[in-house]
Amino acid sequence: MRVPLSVILLLISLTLFAQPKAEIIKLKQLQEHIQAKTDKVKVINFWATWCAPCIKEMPLFEKLNAERQNVEVTLVSMDLDLDPNPEKVYKFLDRRKIKSQVLILDERDPNSWIDQVDKNWSGALPATIIINGKTGKRKFIERELHEGELEKLIAEVL
Amino acid sequence: MLKSILFMLACLVFVAATPVKSGYDIGDVVADFKLKNVTGKSVSLADYKNSKGLIVVFDCNTCPYSKAYNERIIALNKKYAPQGYPLVAIQPNDPAQSPGDSFEEMIKQAEKKKYEFPYLLDETQVVSRAFGATNTPHTFVLKNEGGTFKVAYIGAIDDSSRDAAGAKKKYVEEAIEALLSGKDFPTLRTKAVGCSIKWKNA
Repeated sequence: MRVPLSVILLLISLTLFAQPKAEIIKLKQLQEHIQAKTDKVKVINFWATWCAPCIKEMPLFEKLNAERQNVEVTLVSMDLDLDPNPEKVYKFLDRRKIKSQVLILDERDPNSWIDQVDKNWSGALPATIIINGKTGKRKFIERELHEGELEKLIAEVL
Repeated sequence: MLKSILFMLACLVFVAATPVKSGYDIGDVVADFKLKNVTGKSVSLADYKNSKGLIVVFDCNTCPYSKAYNERIIALNKKYAPQGYPLVAIQPNDPAQSPGDSFEEMIKQAEKKKYEFPYLLDETQVVSRAFGATNTPHTFVLKNEGGTFKVAYIGAIDDSSRDAAGAKKKYVEEAIEALLSGKDFPTLRTKAVGCSIKWKNA
C-alpha cells in the first residue's frame, strides 16, 4: 500500500515541530522519583495552572534549576485531578518557556495517595519537598515560598 | 507581691511552651463562633443549638475546586438541612490577597447562586485557624451532643473533584447518613487536592 505524500509530509512536520512534552505519570513513578538515589538535592514542587501562588513562586524554581548544578528541580502538575485534558498544562509550559523537568500526575481519589507522597501534606497547593538524594533527609513545606527560602531549605538537608 | 509576679511569669512560660495546635481533631468540642453573614447579620454556632448537627464548609468564590463543588455544596444543604444537618459556608481567604473573595463579591456569589445557607466572612481568620482548615472547600461535619458541637468528620466532600457523577465515595453524605441512623462510619478524615487558604501576611 502506498502512503500518500501529503500524509508523509504531515508526519514529518509533526515530528519537526513537536515540543518535548511533560510526561504524564502515575503515583508509582512519582514515588520512584522521590526515592531515587542521586548525588543531587531533589526539589519537588507540586503545582497547578489554576494555582496563583504556585505560579508566583515558579520563577524561584526555574532560577534554582538554571543556576544550581547540584540541585534537580521537578515541577509536578496536579491539573489532571480537576481537568483530564493536559493541553492547558502544555500551553502553560510553552507560554512561560519553563525549562525545569515537568511531570503531570494522573491519579484520582487524592485521599488514597496524598499520605503516600508526604504525611504532612493536606493536599493544598503549592507544596514542596526538598530531599538530599544521598541521605534521604527531607523537608516538606506547604505554602508559597519567597526569595531566599529555597536556598535555606536546601542548606538544611545538606 | 513577689509571689504573684512569679506566678504570672510561670503562667507566661506555660503559655509560651504550649505547642501550637493545628486545629480540631475528630471528637473535639467546637468553640462557639460569631461571623458576619452576606445578609449583613451575624451568625453563630450557638444559633444551631436545636439542630442535630452542622455541615461547615470552608469555601470561597475564586478557587477552581470551590467552583467545581459549588452545586454539590448547595445540594448538600438542600438534602440535609431538612434532616437536621444544615450547612454553613465560611470564607477564610484574605481579600487583600484574593480580591475575588471580598465581602462584596461574596454577597454577589450568594445572590447569583441563590444560597439558602449562611455565607460568612472570617475576617480575622481566627475561626479558620481554630478548625485547622487548610484548603477550599474543606468540610467539617459537626454533631450536636446536648448543646455541644463535636467534630465527626473532616475532609473532602467526595472522592471526585472533577465531577459529581464520577464520585465513588461520598464521604460527607456517608458520615451524615451514619450519624442520622446512629451507626459508626469508617472514614473519619480524608485529604484532597485543593487551593490553599490565603492567610494574611504575618
